[in-house]
Amino acid sequence: VPSFGHAPDPDWVSYLAQDSSGHWQHTTIYKVPAHTLVTVTIYNFDGASGLRNPFMSQVRGTRGGNAGIDGKAFTVLDPDDASHTFTIPDIGLSVPLKGVGDDAPNQCSVAPCPLSQAHTTITFTFMSPGKGTYRWQCFVPCAAGFIYGFGGPMQTIGWMSGEIEVT
Amino acid sequence: VSEPRHGVRIAALWAGLTVVLVLIMVFLLGPHIPPYHGSEQSEDQHKVNVTLAALAMPVVALIWAYFGYAVAVFRQGSGGVDGALVDGPPITANARIQITWLAVTSVLVLGLAVYGTVGLLGDSHGAGGGQGPNPLSKPPASSDPLQVQVIGQQWLWTFRYPSYGGVETATLELPVNRMVEFHVTSLDVAHSFWAYELGVKADAIPGNDNVAYVEPTKVEGIQVRCAELCGLWHGHMNTFGRVVTGAQFANWIAARQSQFHGITKDLPQYGPSYFPDPQRRAG
Repeated sequence: VPSFGHAPDPDWVSYLAQDSSGHWQHTTIYKVPAHTLVTVTIYNFDGASGLRNPFMSQVRGTRGGNAGIDGKAFTVLDPDDASHTFTIPDIGLSVPLKGVGDDAPNQCSVAPCPLSQAHTTITFTFMSPGKGTYRWQCFVPCAAGFIYGFGGPMQTIGWMSGEIEVT
Repeated sequence: VSEPRHGVRIAALWAGLTVVLVLIMVFLLGPHIPPYHGSEQSEDQHKVNVTLAALAMPVVALIWAYFGYAVAVFRQGSGGVDGALVDGPPITANARIQITWLAVTSVLVLGLAVYGTVGLLGDSHGAGGGQGPNPLSKPPASSDPLQVQVIGQQWLWTFRYPSYGGVETATLELPVNRMVEFHVTSLDVAHSFWAYELGVKADAIPGNDNVAYVEPTKVEGIQVRCAELCGLWHGHMNTFGRVVTGAQFANWIAARQSQFHGITKDLPQYGPSYFPDPQRRAG
């Protein structure tokens, strides 16, 4: 979501995750079982910022080497269209997330964002590694209002980075 | 009662201790001093570390010998003289000792400066350290160095191979026994490229091209870390690389060219460094 909407930093961009009862939780700590195919669906309500390193616009480490945007498979995204990435460097997984177009109608700026509002749906599947804790992060410096987009939510765990706990 | 010749005793003690400590440092501890033997440069660094440590042993031995001797021989007994603690006789200047001390330490320091400079400018070509954009010590052109651009960003290293179409990878692979010319740069803040087994450490500065040379000599896995505190996930900014045979490298780079064919055309034209404009939304 482009901004979380709640204290302590309502303006910060962040990820939320849906729990087993369907509620959205503000967390970036996720648990998955080891050596298991994990399918991820990301609803992105944020606009494009553009990648600082265009290399990150290629899908890596997923099953089949691709991901899906709104149901269409892709391997490379236009670097300027990237809004965020979901990257786990230690296992070589990286998926760029296409941003909502600047001219899209009915955009959502503050969480919670219902699926009736403009968004892109990114899906991919990856094989989880062995047990351990793995860092994940976004590689688009997407912290609006900070120099070069590097501050705030990019430098604070729980916003644009977190950990995957593989059990 | 004539006073024993303390100076001679201490000198003898010092000499014996020096021999023991130097032998321990060179033959027992020396082989375990990093950065091991993954490249010509790390081999040179290892030799320098052992040499410096061995040269420090006489100084250590002198301090230990004098301290031990003083504690054992010059210690005032309980109760002191006539029941009172008193100072020893005052020490006066000794020109011979002072001149000897100045001469020996000057020779040591200047000798090490020459030794280090020759090492940096000679066959080691910077000893694995970054030399900036205009290196003083380049390997001969006939060595045909493999150019690899090292790109740091919060919090990942990527590597570009300009002689292979500018393909960029997230892993580092190098051929053994071939000179490598690293061009180290950063897309955001200051990082430091540290290829531990290879003895390479070079600052990654935004917009700057920091050149470092290394010649891997051993087929092995290598650790790549960031040695500059660079933000939230600095401690996770590491990856593994490999030094492989020439044939294995050829296969690997061909596979990466194929894998990243789609994105390579969207990468900026290869240059020694690049510093993109800020993102659209960023402040």
